Amino acid sequence: MSGYQQDPKIKPTALSGEVTMPAAIGAVEQVQSVRTPIAIDYIATPGASLSAYLRGMKQKKILGDKCPVSGQVFVPPRGVSPVSGQRTTEMVEVSDQGYVESFNVTRLPIKSRPDLNPPYVSAWVVPDGANVGSISLVAGIAPEDVRIGLRVRAVWKPDDELEESAANILHWEPTGEPDFVLDDLRIIGKPGGQQ
Amino acid sequence: MRDVAVVASMQRQEPSIDNESEVEYMVPLMHGVKESIGITQADVGFTCSGSSDFIAGQAFSFVMTVDGTNPVPPISESHVEMDGAWALYEAWVKMQMGEIDIALVYGYSKSSGGSLRDVLATQMDPYYVAPLWPDAFAIEALAARQLIESGRVSLEQLAEIASRSRDHAASNPHAIRTAQKSVADIMAEAPIMDPLRPSDIPASADGGCVLILAAGDRAKDLCDRPAWIRGIDHRTDAHTLGVRDLTRSMSAKIAGQKAGVGNDKVDFAELYAPFTTSEFLLTDALGLGEDTVINPSGGTLGAHTMMASGLIRIAEAAQRITNGDGDRAVATAGSGPNLQQNLVCVLEGE
Repeated sequence: MSGYQQDPKIKPTALSGEVTMPAAIGAVEQVQSVRTPIAIDYIATPGASLSAYLRGMKQKKILGDKCPVSGQVFVPPRGVSPVSGQRTTEMVEVSDQGYVESFNVTRLPIKSRPDLNPPYVSAWVVPDGANVGSISLVAGIAPEDVRIGLRVRAVWKPDDELEESAANILHWEPTGEPDFVLDDLRIIGKPGGQQ
Repeated sequence: MRDVAVVASMQRQEPSIDNESEVEYMVPLMHGVKESIGITQADVGFTCSGSSDFIAGQAFSFVMTVDGTNPVPPISESHVEMDGAWALYEAWVKMQMGEIDIALVYGYSKSSGGSLRDVLATQMDPYYVAPLWPDAFAIEALAARQLIESGRVSLEQLAEIASRSRDHAASNPHAIRTAQKSVADIMAEAPIMDPLRPSDIPASADGGCVLILAAGDRAKDLCDRPAWIRGIDHRTDAHTLGVRDLTRSMSAKIAGQKAGVGNDKVDFAELYAPFTTSEFLLTDALGLGEDTVINPSGGTLGAHTMMASGLIRIAEAAQRITNGDGDRAVATAGSGPNLQQNLVCVLEGE
């Protein structure tokens, strides 16, 4: 026999189910599945820019990285401009108000997030002063009323519960201002589209 | 075969890099190596990297690191969940097609955030072995015990490998285990995982390496003495430990033959040998003799940055050739438990 051609004399027992178990274990219940849970602990060090961002969050400030070449502001900051590839050297505070650039209504529950009651809205929120958005929850509005351009503001945890964490922003809620008008929808998702 | 050479490289290795993220510390290397030969990302036809999110426990870290390459306008890019040496192999294959002349290759990891010897248990067979959670030192100790009991190597010979590696590492600014130690002192060390002693195991580091490949005349333009890749091959042994002879490395032997290691004298060899036992297996499999200097950098016993150590071996060997320290070198990279996979690269000055 050559190549991948099957030998007709050999029965594909594994596929047909015609597997003969040794008599000694004939009475033993066959293993149907195994569960092998694994877990590894890490101490993550977020790096210079994200550390500054997380410390800012504790003071209810949203910090971004400014690209030294294009001047674009990236939130959350990663220490490098994804546009120029340069290390960023300047951090700037952006507003805790912004607009919805894109959104999604989730109608199915997620087992690992019992705190999220469907239907809820995940949105790409671009803070004023930033050139990119990040994913956030939008609440305080019926899902069917959420729209691109909706003006929103951050709803922070109570001051005594603030930590070095992006989870300090519980969600974003409508400000009631007129919608941000995206004149040209082609700018969506492109760094630098706003402003 | 199209002539491809290593024309520049940069590396950083430290016991632990605490204040910078992976991309933050890789950017100066990525830019530095390009600046050192006067090129920009626009000159690079293909970018390829090797890393694993498991090492730092950071999901999608490899995507964030791509930001540092200056990827706008969009670049041609790929990634392997392997040591950066396999990223180099992918780039080398791409260059053989003749479409591109320059490739940027990098590998990195920041293992200090986790317990690397435990993290590596996740590379074992997920049904029968990984659930037992055997750590990397234990797996190697089993093989080391077999090797010693086979009578092919003694604890004293392993101590000699460790002592010599420390001597070499002492003059390598990137090495982290640089304290010299006599064979007698190493023999007196209490085993960390019997029979392995602290000097037998890798010197775990955070860091990375960035390297540039160039083809033909372009390589000659960029470097006075390029390190030409004259042979490169990689082979894989069986994953299941029980079905292969752990006292020999067949994958290294075959890769070495295919890469042409034995075709001429070898001035020096940079071997990916995390343990002293691995160095014995590799020198044996590659047929390296007394006239070959082994691991002039101190090897992975001097500094071991997971996912970059193999690429660093190639970079170290290439740099020595470019410096004129020798004419012909062998570099190897490894992956998997007990040197399951081996890549062998032969580099020449002319």
